[in-house]
Amino acid sequence: MVVSSTRSPLAEASPWADRLLERLPSPAGALAAVQGRGREALARQSLPNRRQEDWRFTDLAPLTALDPAALALVADGQGLAQLADCPAPAAGTVRLWLDGLSDPLAGQFLPAGLSRLTPEQLDQDLGHSLACCGSEQHWPVEFNQATARHCLALRVSGCVAETLELVAVADQQHTLLPVRVLLVLEENANLKVLQVQLGSGSSLSSLVVEAQLGQGAELLHGLLALGEGGACFLGHLAVEQASGSRFRSVAASRGWALFRFEPRISQVDGAAQTELLGLQLVEGPQVADTHSQVRFLGPDGALEQVHKAIADGRGRSVFDGAVSVPRLAQRTNANQISRNLLLSDQARIDTKPQLEIVADEVRCTHGATVSRLQADQLFYLQSRGIDAATAARLLKRGFCQEVLGKLPAAAAVWQPLQRLLAEA
Amino acid sequence: MISPDADLLLEIVDLHARVEDQPILKGVNLPIRAGEIHAVMGRNGSGKSTLSKVLAGHPAYTVTGGSVRFRGADLLDLDPEQRARIGLFLGFQYPVEIPGVSNLEFLRVATNARRGELGREELDTFAFEDVVRERLTVVQMDPAFLERSVNEGFSGGEKKRNEILQMALLEPVVAILDETDSGLDIDALRIVAGGVNQLATAENATLLITHYQRLLDVITPDFVHVMAAGRILRTGGKELALELEERGYDWVDQELAVLEAV
Repeated sequence: MVVSSTRSPLAEASPWADRLLERLPSPAGALAAVQGRGREALARQSLPNRRQEDWRFTDLAPLTALDPAALALVADGQGLAQLADCPAPAAGTVRLWLDGLSDPLAGQFLPAGLSRLTPEQLDQDLGHSLACCGSEQHWPVEFNQATARHCLALRVSGCVAETLELVAVADQQHTLLPVRVLLVLEENANLKVLQVQLGSGSSLSSLVVEAQLGQGAELLHGLLALGEGGACFLGHLAVEQASGSRFRSVAASRGWALFRFEPRISQVDGAAQTELLGLQLVEGPQVADTHSQVRFLGPDGALEQVHKAIADGRGRSVFDGAVSVPRLAQRTNANQISRNLLLSDQARIDTKPQLEIVADEVRCTHGATVSRLQADQLFYLQSRGIDAATAARLLKRGFCQEVLGKLPAAAAVWQPLQRLLAEA
Repeated sequence: MISPDADLLLEIVDLHARVEDQPILKGVNLPIRAGEIHAVMGRNGSGKSTLSKVLAGHPAYTVTGGSVRFRGADLLDLDPEQRARIGLFLGFQYPVEIPGVSNLEFLRVATNARRGELGREELDTFAFEDVVRERLTVVQMDPAFLERSVNEGFSGGEKKRNEILQMALLEPVVAILDETDSGLDIDALRIVAGGVNQLATAENATLLITHYQRLLDVITPDFVHVMAAGRILRTGGKELALELEERGYDWVDQELAVLEAV
């Protein structure tokens, strides 16, 4: 306990956010009211800090190292879309560029099954899943609300054949890129989404995705988050699932100075299927942190969660997986595993399953492993003439591929394996 | 097929090895010539599996004495991968599962490592597919296993077939098969043994490590060695295996007791 400090966490933390807020343009766009509320909330809240359980292992130094006076939204019309090194979209993919400012649907043809939410629907549905998942007051969410001027809000009916690819690129120094997405899936609707978030320089990307899955609906959400340098990423995913729905999140990240991803899922009546797959790679002085929460608010729900991390150099990886099974969630079947490769003496891995089980008739498993590359696997490969370095690369690829293989097929054009492992 | 004039491929002389602080091999002598099939038999703990791992270069074992020459060169000086490239093959008793690594890609990388040593050109994905499909027939393996992760979820028999498939692709000079018969039903045993027999030529040699006679019903050895307490106690022809089958290993213990009393 520190007793000598006379400064409250608030006094210590606010200036960073205050300075950032001061320089933001006045609230504008469809989300003006939300922005206003978000800014008020941010002004009242302190930055998350390590005295809070939720942030205990996560050093926000890379975030506060970003100059709040210099961070700025991309100017209107400046468009980030003309990127030479982005691959052409895969066949059957509709690509939208998100910059947090302009309407990504302007002049865009939407495939059958997708329609834009009306302003009335937006009013009604925006924030619903956040409230359902207890995320409203959460700092990264408030930050996004304070800064995002536009929300990509879509209604999904029937089975959408095309994959929706959402690309957001913060590739200029001091770019602040807030992306907000709202997906409302009607009964039995089916959609595949791939979000690609690229960040470099001293940029800050913020992502909030809300999804409502009606009965029998199916959503596959892929996130490929590739950063470099001092770039930071704060992502929040709030999903509410009606019974009979299926949701799969596949998130893969590497290279961010700070990566924080918070999938929160509520099975509002139970009897739904949730699959969460995560892969995060850290090297150098990087921090990657996944905090997931799954709540079963009815019986017969299922969860399959696999979280993987590779920590090399001085990288730090954090995983916290909370699963809540209250008394009414009988016959829940939840499995969670955290697998970690620790490849350097200076790297660090903190992994923490948090199962809160009150119901008595459930099947819940969890486990965590932290290891070097498996010696028996290395020897097996070497005994076939494969040199140690190549063997190690094959094993790392194999480790990653288990998660990457579940991304939407449209992800292949981005060569996720090569990019994540920085292979030529 | 055996001839005393054939090339000496592997020459094990007074080999001693330990794992951690436990001495396991205590003076193994074994010369293997081209065209020969040898069988090493012995009880659990006799050191026969250790012998195979030491030869392949497993890092858990330390050689404390003796020598092994492979076609005249010092084998113990080489890394495991170099041993494999020059033509030493170890078929594992328990082939390792490697999730996420495609069997086809693994087989291709391994085959190309060996081809490089032989001065042959590397095979690209397409050329390799042709080669591997032809080799699959050696062990009557379903091509579907190429698309799966290495050994992941394979049955015992499928794993052993995959081992022999690797042997067929790598064309080793000396193949050591460690308990290849364990966990196989009789049909799988026939198929695996059939593969080994097809691959045996006048230019290479095979060393079978086995506990039971039944493998030797389907692969006929030229020499049978009985191992106990880290040494080869007796060497004979295939009739020695039959004698073991009939009399069990108890007489080995008696002989060993006499030997150690001296």
